[in-house]
Amino acid sequence: MATEHVEQVFREEYGRVFAGLVRRFGDFDLVEDAIQEAMVIALERWDPAPASPAGWITTTARNKIIDKLRRQGTGARVVEQLAHSVDDSIEMSIEDSELVDDRLRLIFTCCHPALAVDAQVALTLRTLGGLTTEEIARAFLVPSTTMAQRLVRAKRKIRDAGIPFRVPDDHLLPDRLSAVLATIYLIFNEGYSATAGDSQVRADLSGEAIRLGVVLAALMPDEPEVLGLLALMLLHDGRRPARLDERGGLVTLQHQDRSVWNQGQIDAGTELLERALRMGRSGPYLIQAAISAVHCEASSFADTDWEQIVLLYSELARTQPSSIVELNRAVAVGMHLGPEAGLASIEALAGRLEHDHRWHAARADLLERAGLWSDAVASWRMAISLCRNQAEERHLSRRLSDLEERHLREPEP
Amino acid sequence: MKYVMLLHFPDTYMGEGWKPEQVEAHQREYKAYKERLVEEGVFLAGEALQPSDITTTVTVRNEDAIVTDGPFIESAEVIGGFYLCECRDLDHAIEVAAGIPGARYGSVEVRPVFDYESLVS
Repeated sequence: MATEHVEQVFREEYGRVFAGLVRRFGDFDLVEDAIQEAMVIALERWDPAPASPAGWITTTARNKIIDKLRRQGTGARVVEQLAHSVDDSIEMSIEDSELVDDRLRLIFTCCHPALAVDAQVALTLRTLGGLTTEEIARAFLVPSTTMAQRLVRAKRKIRDAGIPFRVPDDHLLPDRLSAVLATIYLIFNEGYSATAGDSQVRADLSGEAIRLGVVLAALMPDEPEVLGLLALMLLHDGRRPARLDERGGLVTLQHQDRSVWNQGQIDAGTELLERALRMGRSGPYLIQAAISAVHCEASSFADTDWEQIVLLYSELARTQPSSIVELNRAVAVGMHLGPEAGLASIEALAGRLEHDHRWHAARADLLERAGLWSDAVASWRMAISLCRNQAEERHLSRRLSDLEERHLREPEP
Repeated sequence: MKYVMLLHFPDTYMGEGWKPEQVEAHQREYKAYKERLVEEGVFLAGEALQPSDITTTVTVRNEDAIVTDGPFIESAEVIGGFYLCECRDLDHAIEVAAGIPGARYGSVEVRPVFDYESLVS
């Protein structure tokens, strides 16, 4: 069988197999090595792939682990017990007393707040996503050795600090779940917003986050925020085909060609969002997904239901107070009630955001629309000087030169 | 697993600015919490420490003991006490640490105790 095909099957089944084996053997490294060995055997023998690849990988990796434990001189009785505790079939875990998928335990372990956020991200991608250390390193633009060290340290902390392999108790669940969601969303945004590095690798990162979101939504179908996050990612990602022009420049929502949006994905996101909204509990991801859905259903930027967007941002600011949410709200106010009203909302945020290029860019746009061109030019310049992202900076510079050219041709209104 | 919980406090903890009845109420809270941990079988040992200004630090170099006045690291926060607890896992230890009255005034550092048996087996 073709190497890529075997690798793809392993990648798809990795999270399930890894989680199941870690629950029984407890040691991340032991399990990781065994799955690697199983892949070497699969590359030799699979033709075609077995009917249940996950079952095959689990059994093969389990046998490798047991061999290793025997060689290391682990007591015969202990090894026998472990050997019997692992059934050949992964369906076994579903019949366990607690009806919990091991992947759910694994994701809560990987996103434990006692681990640094970058370690949470790396571990989640490595163990649940089945990405190699090199792939993760490339996606986050760090040397392989740095990423390897980060993973080693995280795995050591899980083992030596006693981070549990289980779904947290009910009273801890809301906090811990939001840590899990934040990690998945961070992975998504690394792939979506950042434009440095290999863009294909970065896009894969968003796809990976969506895959994790799908798994989590299947495991926790009654949590509106879990569905909300998945809906949000699907809706954002559905607009991806229109986000960059031929030269890799950023195209803002206003100028995107809406006909190239991935309508299937947007429909799936909207459907999920509606299902989550019917559960009657709101949360930050749900609200953000709702905002994204309002944009997606508009036939053009001007036809967007800006009043609805303003209301949703107000609600988001109440649930999750943040200056950036307020900034987005001000921009929506500018669209709904006109640039003067938008500017009034913007100025109120000066104290908190005057060092942020996004504030200056939003202000510049409103000033330009209000006909205050000289002020707008100064604001675009300020935004450019504070911007740290190349694609965004190119976009801001284009806005500035467009306005300056226009200013040469016509007088300021 | 065994965990040591190190209580880091500002040097002013229960000192300047604290009324006597406030200190007394705080100490009662510590006593009640310890009794609860003993009852739950979590508490193994624990002590409050004297202020850092009467600490002595000993360092041996080339077989000479160098004795200096003061804590190992001079800082605004000092170790004011410790607990040694038997907890199920880190989540349990975090819960125990969060219940220590002083956690509201300073910080509690949770450190797993080195397990020598893991080296033997």
